Amino acid sequence: MPADSLFRQLPTDAGLLSIEFDGQTLQVPAGVSLAAALLASGVRRSRSTPVNGSPRAPYCMMGVCFECLVEVDGVPNCQACLLPVAPGLRVRSQHGARSLSPASALEEHHDDA
Amino acid sequence: MTLETFDLLIIGAGPAGLSAALEARRHGLSVALLDEQRSPGGQIYRNIDHSDPQRLAILGADYQAGLRLSQAFMACGARYIAGAAVWQVTPQKQVHYLLDGRAYVLQARRLLIATGAYERPMPIPGWTLPGVMTAGAGQILLKSAALLPAAPVILAGCGPLLYLLAVQYLRAGIALAALVDTSSHADALRAWRQLPKALRGWRDLLKGVSLLASLRRAGVKHYRGARDLAIEGEEQAQALRFSSGGVERRIPASLILLHQGVVPNTQISWSLRLQHHWSSEQLCWSVERDAWGETSLAGIFIAGDSGAIGGALVAQQQGRLAALAIVGQLQRLAAPAIEALAKPYRHALARQLAARPLLDALYRPPLESRVPADSVIVCRCEEVSAGDVRQHVDLGCLGPNQTKAFGRCGMGPCQGRLCGLSVTEVIAERRGVCPEQVGYYRIRSPLKPITLAQLASEPTASALQESL
Repeated sequence: MPADSLFRQLPTDAGLLSIEFDGQTLQVPAGVSLAAALLASGVRRSRSTPVNGSPRAPYCMMGVCFECLVEVDGVPNCQACLLPVAPGLRVRSQHGARSLSPASALEEHHDDA
Repeated sequence: MTLETFDLLIIGAGPAGLSAALEARRHGLSVALLDEQRSPGGQIYRNIDHSDPQRLAILGADYQAGLRLSQAFMACGARYIAGAAVWQVTPQKQVHYLLDGRAYVLQARRLLIATGAYERPMPIPGWTLPGVMTAGAGQILLKSAALLPAAPVILAGCGPLLYLLAVQYLRAGIALAALVDTSSHADALRAWRQLPKALRGWRDLLKGVSLLASLRRAGVKHYRGARDLAIEGEEQAQALRFSSGGVERRIPASLILLHQGVVPNTQISWSLRLQHHWSSEQLCWSVERDAWGETSLAGIFIAGDSGAIGGALVAQQQGRLAALAIVGQLQRLAAPAIEALAKPYRHALARQLAARPLLDALYRPPLESRVPADSVIVCRCEEVSAGDVRQHVDLGCLGPNQTKAFGRCGMGPCQGRLCGLSVTEVIAERRGVCPEQVGYYRIRSPLKPITLAQLASEPTASALQESL
């Protein structure tokens, strides 16, 4: 487990798997929610707010607070605490207000240029 | 072709929902149970089917008790739909849900809402910072991901779950930086007036006493009567400031877990416009229901904490009773047989509810962390402060729907789950009326985020007809 994580994991049989978070490859525990996987691997901040851009991280872990919203495989506003982590998930943190064009569309446009 | 129909549809796989399914199946009803999680148990018995001996030992006997319930449920013949996000429930008892990105709908002859509780919001300065979570979240991470705090952790607030988590962390060898308790000996003295009635629930009371004794034995720094709680930090929580016994304190920690009790998850019941009332003992909304759990909409029942807080054992009896009433309504058994079957559940229910008034009084969250100072954010989604809401009241807003229109409070993705109770109480205090008069947000579907494409994937009755 990374040194900067707020959590450490008890030994389990589940092993690790890799996902991508904001372009970085992370080794995370298998068999847990995506939010738990991010917390375990030292992700301290999973989004910033649409109003003031203040930093946020998973808060309730049970689908109530919506603080753990992330983009998963191109789908925005996924509740990471309710989603099982799976190998190869491409996860992006959401920052500020949503723009008119989805982030992935901007990226494609950028790639074309 | 009509929608697939079940005698009983249950929403929620916690103790209430599982018990209702068992009872209904016992009398031959067709049952489907929808739950947001991937395995049964609700929050209290979360991940019970997949827990290992080490975690079972840390979490203790009350958690282990869920295993029998969940195994019986898995064998009872109810259709179990796990990972379902219910986004709409109609008064006609249709339940619309999303499963793996696709939309579905089921029809119920009778509907049971058993969506449990979530933690009461605890708006204090800095509660939105990364590194601040709820005690329930800490416990969920332990139950479902075997995660424990990596460094000494602060637990702050009040209520049995806070003590329970402290003891569980101690069993796991986790250091507590402090237990910052907003309840005080004065609260305890007040609460003991409830004692004669509560003695029937002595088992529950002993449990609390033994938790506190374990904490004392372990030498946990336990500050009582804490006030003026505030979390310091810019990008990340760094410390908790508070005063206790007239002394100002600052305790550094990068993980601070807050808790001040649990409140009913009323999202579905409000969306159905069921009758609610403000409970001045539990400081939250409870749903009107009869002795069987039937609500103001005939055929729609509520069992467990989503109606009013009673705990896991109460939830099990209420689930059983609701199922029996439904068995009777669907004419599988005559009224005298139902009454006879209900009797032991009613006795158990009375015993298990006995200690509740005392617990409510003992762990009543203080006013300052329910109706916070002007600068404190109440709506985390839209970053609206208590002061903003007060200002909107001064401009003439009478209730949460108006302050929402004026300042977007409650308009974010959590749909008021994390600010609703604070906003009702802030408005009530400013207006000098009781929360009952202020009311709550007008909750509407979708109760969960759904895209238009997902919505379009829902098979409608007519579309099904065309395809056949």
